[in-house]
Amino acid sequence: MKIKKNVAISESGFIFNPTTGDSFSTNPIGLEIIRMLKDEKGKDDIRKAILSKYNADESTFEKDYYDFVMMLQNNQVGDEGE
Amino acid sequence: MEKIRYERPVIKKLNTGVMNKYGTRTEYTPFTNIDGAKVKDLIAEFGSPLFVMSEQTIRKTYKDAVRAFTTRYPKVQFAWSYKTHYNNAICNVFHQEGSWSEVVSGFEYNKALLNGVPGNKIIFNGPDKTDEDLILAINNESMIHIDHLDELYRIIELTEELKKRPKVAIRVNMDTGVYPMWDRFGFNYESGQAWDAINKIILTDKMDLIGLHSHIGTFMLTPSAYAVAATKLSDLAFHIKAKFGKNISYIDMGGGFASRNTLKGSYLMGADTVPTFDDYAEAICSALLNSDYSKDELPLLILESGRSLVDDAGYLLGTVLANKRLSDGRKATIMDFGVNLLFTSFWYEHKISPAQEFSHYTEDSVIYGPLCMNIDVIRENVTLPPMKKGDNVVVHTVGAYNMTQWMQFISMRPNVVIIDMEGKPHLIRKKETLEYMNSLEVTPSYLSEFKL
Repeated sequence: MKIKKNVAISESGFIFNPTTGDSFSTNPIGLEIIRMLKDEKGKDDIRKAILSKYNADESTFEKDYYDFVMMLQNNQVGDEGE
Repeated sequence: MEKIRYERPVIKKLNTGVMNKYGTRTEYTPFTNIDGAKVKDLIAEFGSPLFVMSEQTIRKTYKDAVRAFTTRYPKVQFAWSYKTHYNNAICNVFHQEGSWSEVVSGFEYNKALLNGVPGNKIIFNGPDKTDEDLILAINNESMIHIDHLDELYRIIELTEELKKRPKVAIRVNMDTGVYPMWDRFGFNYESGQAWDAINKIILTDKMDLIGLHSHIGTFMLTPSAYAVAATKLSDLAFHIKAKFGKNISYIDMGGGFASRNTLKGSYLMGADTVPTFDDYAEAICSALLNSDYSKDELPLLILESGRSLVDDAGYLLGTVLANKRLSDGRKATIMDFGVNLLFTSFWYEHKISPAQEFSHYTEDSVIYGPLCMNIDVIRENVTLPPMKKGDNVVVHTVGAYNMTQWMQFISMRPNVVIIDMEGKPHLIRKKETLEYMNSLEVTPSYLSEFKL
């Protein structure tokens, strides 16, 4: 999955999608994942980065990651792919 | 390097304009202890889910209610409503504070007796009193509140058999200007039923009519309705005095005061909108004092409050079983307690607090119970921080009716503890076991074996 190129992301987790006019907020871990997706990192890289920094197990991350990516797609912040 | 506490990634669309059905965020700090007892420790010791009652809150609330009435009226007596919460330990907290008991069945009546309440301090309400119940109540000189004419005639018959004069009151229903009007209990005021019953009781001269009782509704948000009821009961009392020269000893205004819960469909939080004890007391006491009673004839004012005295003192501790995403994009969280334990979630938008640290990010969520039933919904719309499997929550204001109306359905009922005045937990009801449930069942021998 990739983040749309015209989506604006602030330091504080404020996200603006100029295509739809919608704005969003995300929590710090969500912001990190979005930034990594924006940098076109793959799921494995993101998993390693998150699990090395946060106190979570693989299955929890896996489940939450897919849910988060689905929400990015539903909100048209992300493009399908990967 | 120590890792950072994990929080599920969330993204939330920002909406401007009017508030949506999820409302605003209400939780700012985790709810980690009840009267000094740690939520995590309580769950570790007694399991999850777990009902917790705060003795401190019960006693404080009771004292608040008593103060509100006794500062406005000279003769006040509370009678603890057993149906609201009839765990013996909880009843005895109220009895230690000076409360009589108000019961609505033989089961509750005998519970009160076994708790040590003298028979003449028990008010027996309700439409279902068996002969056995009535005989016991008559012999114990309890206050029997007659609900219908069939009961009245049966008591007359029993007085002849027992050669005793029961102490009775009648329950009066009436139009107090609120909807719905509770006319299924007692005798109607406006139609003359109540006056007819009073005449029958006094003129048959088989029992002593010592009180008048009303209970105008439940979760009453309009204190002025109680003033109407008090005035109408007083009018009946004056009619009795005028026709028969008898004084009524007590006026029982029943219960129905609201707790701080939020009713479903309410726009504002219950804690901000429900009347206080002072509001109810002002309405009732002013109506009685402003009636035509002389100083010596003022009747005892009895109150049968239940919900408003115990609801705030109850908590339900629970654990997140799972999170899932519904097809319409809403987040759903499944808890280990459902409507089988939290019956009042059919009526209230219960406040739910996480019991561990969380960030200020929130999600619009649906809270489901664990039952394999579509109706098992604790909150249809609530804004809560992201929680993960194993996290704990505290449901507030669950002390009334849940531990009497709970259902043994699919799973068994959990432990109940009380936190004493020093912050120490005590088990007051053991969780049910399969052995206990099976001990109530009898399987005929021809159904005891099968081959598959």
